[in-house]
Parts: sequence; C-alpha cells; structure tokens
Amino acid sequence: MMIEFIPDWLIVFWNWFPVDIQTVLIILGKIVLILLPLLLSVAYVTYAERKVIGAMQVRIGPNRVGFFGFRLWGLGQPIADTLKLMMKEVVLPTKANKFLFLTAPVLSIAPALAAWAVIPFDRGMALTEINAGLLYVLALTSIGVYGVIIAGWASNSKYAMLSALRAGAQIVAYEIAMGFALVGVLMASGSLNLGDIVEAQAGGFENWFAWPLLPLFFVYFISGVAETNRAPFDVAEGESEIVAGFHVEYSGMAFAIFFLAEYANIILISALTSLMFLGGWLSPFENAAFAQGTFLAETSLLWFVGKISFFIFVFFWLRATFPRYRYDQIMRLGWKVFIPVTIVWLVVEAVMFVAKVGPWAV
Amino acid sequence: MPEIRNYTLNFGPAHPAAHGVLRLVLEMDGEVIQRADPHVGLLHRATEKLAESKPYNQSIGYMDRLDYVSMMCNEHSYVLAMEKLLGVECPERAQYIRVMFAEITRILNHLLWIGAHALDVGAMTMFLYAFREREDLMDAYEAVSGARLHATYFRPGGVARDLPDTMPQYETSKWHNKREVSRLNENRQGSLLDFLEDFTNRFPKYIDEYETLLSDNRIWKQRTVDIGIVTPERAMALGFTGPMLRGSGVEWDLRKKQPYEVYDRMDFDIPVGTNGDCYDRYLIRIEEFRQSNRIIKQCIKWLRENDGPVILQDHKVSPPSREGMKADMESLIHHFKLFTEGFCLPKGEAYAATEHPKGEFGIYLVSDGANKPYRMKIRPPSFVHISAMDEMTRGHMLADVVAIIGTQDIVFGDVDR
Repeated sequence: MMIEFIPDWLIVFWNWFPVDIQTVLIILGKIVLILLPLLLSVAYVTYAERKVIGAMQVRIGPNRVGFFGFRLWGLGQPIADTLKLMMKEVVLPTKANKFLFLTAPVLSIAPALAAWAVIPFDRGMALTEINAGLLYVLALTSIGVYGVIIAGWASNSKYAMLSALRAGAQIVAYEIAMGFALVGVLMASGSLNLGDIVEAQAGGFENWFAWPLLPLFFVYFISGVAETNRAPFDVAEGESEIVAGFHVEYSGMAFAIFFLAEYANIILISALTSLMFLGGWLSPFENAAFAQGTFLAETSLLWFVGKISFFIFVFFWLRATFPRYRYDQIMRLGWKVFIPVTIVWLVVEAVMFVAKVGPWAV
Repeated sequence: MPEIRNYTLNFGPAHPAAHGVLRLVLEMDGEVIQRADPHVGLLHRATEKLAESKPYNQSIGYMDRLDYVSMMCNEHSYVLAMEKLLGVECPERAQYIRVMFAEITRILNHLLWIGAHALDVGAMTMFLYAFREREDLMDAYEAVSGARLHATYFRPGGVARDLPDTMPQYETSKWHNKREVSRLNENRQGSLLDFLEDFTNRFPKYIDEYETLLSDNRIWKQRTVDIGIVTPERAMALGFTGPMLRGSGVEWDLRKKQPYEVYDRMDFDIPVGTNGDCYDRYLIRIEEFRQSNRIIKQCIKWLRENDGPVILQDHKVSPPSREGMKADMESLIHHFKLFTEGFCLPKGEAYAATEHPKGEFGIYLVSDGANKPYRMKIRPPSFVHISAMDEMTRGHMLADVVAIIGTQDIVFGDVDR
C-alpha cells in the first residue's frame, strides 16, 4: 500500500476527522478523480474529432495553438476554445424564460456526468457498484433530453422550438430500442451490475456478448448515436435546416456546457457499448497462446480505454460519411426497424437459452 | 378550443442553407410546409441599369458577378449578344477556347453545387472534396486571366489573350517546404493545356469518389428520391431550363438544339432523367461532369493541333497589340478610343442564350446605335427556378426545403442581378 509514503502528520490530520466526514471526503475524492480526467478527455475528444474528420476531408485540422511557443500539432486548441467560451457573454434573449434558459444546460450536463458513477473502469474500480447499475444508466441517459427540450422551449425561438420537438420524439423512439438491447444483455449475463456483466464475458474475445447479441450490439450503438444527437441523427441540431436547433440562442459558457454534455455522452455511450458487448477492461487475448505471459493477456484499464477510443472514432467516422436523416425517417428507423429487430432477437435469445444451444449450451 | 394556426418560420436571409441571401417565409403545419414564399432582391445590384450607363466592353466584368460560380458562362452570353449585333464571328481558335472554358466553368459550378447540396443534406465531407478539385480549375482561370473568380476573359470578337505556355507555380514558404512545393508543382511544369489534360485524366476518378459517397448511399437516396418532383409539363410551363428541365425528362440542351460556337463539332451526350426528383437531377449533374470532361478533352486535342488568332483583328472592337501601340499612331488612337468610349453597336436588338450550368442564360440587348446599350435584359436561370420554390416544396418537410434549394442550384447573384 501507499500508506508508508504518506507523512505521519497527514495521517494524524486525517484521523482527526469523524468517520462520516472521512467517507464523504473519500467519495468526493473519487468524484474528482473521475470527473477531472473525464472533462479533460471531453476537451480532447473535440480536438480528436477535428483532427480525424480533418484527415478524412483531406485537410489538416487545428494545428496552430500550442504551448509556450511550440505548436505541438495544435494541442492547445481545446484549452484556447474553453478560455474563449468562458470569456464570452451569455446572451439572454428577450422574452426568453430566464430561469429555464439557464437551467437547461445544467439539466443536460448533470445526467451525462452522473451516469459515470456506476461505470467500472477496471475490476472493482468504480465510484459505486450498485446492482441496478444498468437501470441507473438507462434512467440517467433518458433524463438528458430534458435539457434539450427545456432549452428549446425557453429560448423563445422557432428554430429551437422545432428542435425540441424533434429531440423529444427521437429520444422516445430510440430509448425503447436501447432498452430492449439492454434486456438482451441482461438475459445473457444474468445481472444488472455492470461489473458482473463484464465478468460474464471473460475468456477472450470469443466470449464477448457482441457475437451472440450481434443485432442488439448494432442496434444499441446506433441508438446511442441517435441518443447523443450525433450525425447522421443530428436532426435536433440540424445545422442546415434549423441552424443549430436547441442551442441556437446560447452563447458563451451556457453553449459550451451543451457541448460538454454532448461529448461526455459520446464517451459514455462508447464506454457502455464496450462494457456490455466488448468485455470492457478484459483482454481480447486472455486465452490466446501467443499472448500468455505478456501484458496482452492481462486485463487492464488500457483495454477499456482502447475500446472506448475505437467507438469514439466510429462516431467521427459516421459524421464524416453520412448525410443527415430526415426527421420522419429517423422515426421510421427507430419504430419500424430497430424495435422489431430487438424484439425478434430477444425471442431468439430466449429460445436459445431455454433449449440450451449456442453460447448458452451449459 | 383554440384555433390551430400554421407556424410561420422565417428561413433566412442569414441561414446556413440559404445559399446567400434567400429569405423564405415558410408557413408550416408542424414540420410540413404549407406555403413557401421566397423573398428576393436582397442582393440586387441593378446590373441591367448599370450596363446602360457604360460602354459595352466595360460591362463584361459585371457579368462575372451575376452568377459568381459560373463566371465565364455569363460572359459568354453577353459577348455572343454583342457579336450577334455586330454581325461578326470570332476566330475558330477563340471559339474552341471559349467552349473549353465554358465547360471548365460548368464543372466549377457543378462542383460547388454538389458540395453545397450534400452539405445541406448533411454530408459535409463532399464539400471539401469538391473544393479540392475546384482549386485546380481556379488555377486554370488564374493562368489564363490573372483572376481566380471574376475573369473578364471573353471579349467581343474572341478572348482576351491566348492560352499561356506556363502555369503559375507554388513557392516555398513558412508553411510549405521545398519537397512539398515540388510535389504541388509536379503537374504545373508544362503549359495550361498540359495541366488541364492532367486534370481531365484525374477527374473521372474523383467523380467515382463522389458517387461512392452518395449515389448508392441509403440515406442520400431517402433524402433525395421522390423529393421535389416536377412533371415535364409543369417544368416547361414554369420555364425551367438546364438540369432542372432535363431532370424531368425533357431532352433540351441549347448546346445540342441551337449549337453555338463549335458545340456542333463536339461529341457529347445530354443526360435526361425520368422521375423529375432531386435524385434524378443529382444523377444528371454527375453525368454532366463526365460529359464536360469529354468536351474539354476534345478541345485540348484540337487546341494542341491548331494555332491561330484568338481575337478579331478589327481594332474597332478589339484592342491592338501593345507593341503596335508603341509603334504606330493608328494603333494608339484605336487603343485610346476603345478604352475611353468603347465601340458602337449597330441599331437593333439581339438575344443570345447559352447553356449555362444552371440552365438557359440569355442576354437581350437593344442598341440605339450608341456605345452603350439602350436596354439590356438578363434572363437568369436561377430566378426562374426559385419561382417554383412554392410548388416544389409544398407538402414536403422542412428538411426537404433544404434539399430542394440545393437541387435548384440557386445563386443569388443570378436571382437578384
């Protein structure tokens, strides 16, 4: 343990606190440990997006802002962007409902961050391991849309209003498909605890849930893209139709918080997909002969980060490739394609489970 | 119970999909358009009136600024109208050069169209791909006229100067080192024709890239098939021309039906649609890329083999050579007269129309024998197409309005003049 490195006076100081306060402090410390890297990676995901899409579009992307006179491939860009947004005035539109207008960004960022409470980063490495983790995540990702709806309504702008309506309908449609995909995972693992779900996939990549639940895996990830309002499902933002949708009237930090929430959600969806379908922090080569004895066979945070990065990359890739769906087409895809697909696969899975075939042979 | 009223939405004039300064007043029932009312005139610069106050040859530059993405095609109609009144025809080499640049301009225009259209529908990568190719063609403009956009290259009686033997080169800078610059300059070592030939060889591959991204893309098809259908009868009644008319299945192309310059010697096809929807018009413009590429290739071949004057040697309408000006009095006087009071066109009227990338671009000139037009009327294709906005968008959704603006290929310099 690290105890011996800590000076005695600090331990004395620490023991001076009552036990209850100690618990609170430990939890606060853990929250900071999760949120700081998260917010930093949100900043750098925006940078990565601009670089990746830039490369796909035969251009360079940000490469000017660096640190201390060195350009460093533009790594200073997110910091500069944040600084700029913090300095800017938050313009309150006349006739906007000021209270709701300022509440909306908070409502959209809070669930995006709170959902991280149950995400395990490694075996037992989570803020809290609750048994209903999956339900908690599902509930929180659904709340996020209130921010969008309230922002759209409070802005007193017609574009924002349209966007709020679109977002509301879209979330309802995709939440159901997402929920059904999670039921599949629940059936396969027999647990709602995210840690247990990952452990159920132990034993190399052939045991990942992505294979027996392939349709659910795709439906979940695509619904996740829709849920985060990312291209090609970004009708709520609809740059070329409704200008910027719900955040058209926002500026400065209020605007930045919406973006923070969007990118935090991207990372969250990527993390959840890799936890539930790609075995989270487990190594894909656990039982592979060539990897024995090397770091490749060991479970580690790095695998988790790698898998998350892959999904984030897919988010960018989709954005650079596809045109935007029309609002009614999104509805059709959600209700008429995804929900039937998930239900059918749940039935297939249940039959396999009862008949003890395939991955559930034992 | 309160009455349910339509939702009125001001679309533009500062809207990312407004292609300039389009102001649409949309009356919507939810997301469905009940009525679209385009308000035009925000970019009105009174080109027609300005032309009345200037000698004929000084208005060529204004033509560039009408439809500012297909500059030389606008000039083309104007100089043809002047030539018609003068009763002259320009030298053969000039005609080939004009045809070649008209087709280069068509590609330029369609590249901007595909980029903007795809961007409106949400595929933003297309825009940057299209601009990569536009860069090469802009360089061709620059090589021949010195300007990348507003060329003023076509002149009554020919073109301003012959094709250059060298291409402008990139130079090393803080941003581009020597190796990078030599790679950029690789295809610029020869003449303009070599450069263009290299482009025409590369271009079909680029078109395939665009098609990979869009043609069979399910989302792209969902967004364009059966959107903004115009029947052939309505298309003709509305005065559609160009790809908008051909998309509805009417085989009409001025280059084939009323050939001007040397188009009758060119081997090319005109693509025609069947459904009259956005997707058909998309396919037509993609095919026009290939056909224009073919025409450019034929022009390059002819231009390589044949030499000759590129402008009439009648110094009443075309400037004398610089050397001549320094040597003899007559040339000096011609030059002075041409650049101060221009030239007079015989009394009468003329209408000249060309197959502009967007449709029929016509210039109607009325001359009372002076050095300025008595009246000039421009027949812009975009203005005619935008007037069908209401008919095309009614019953569609808000997102389709954007697709329809894209498919109409509207440029506001052209609509508002």
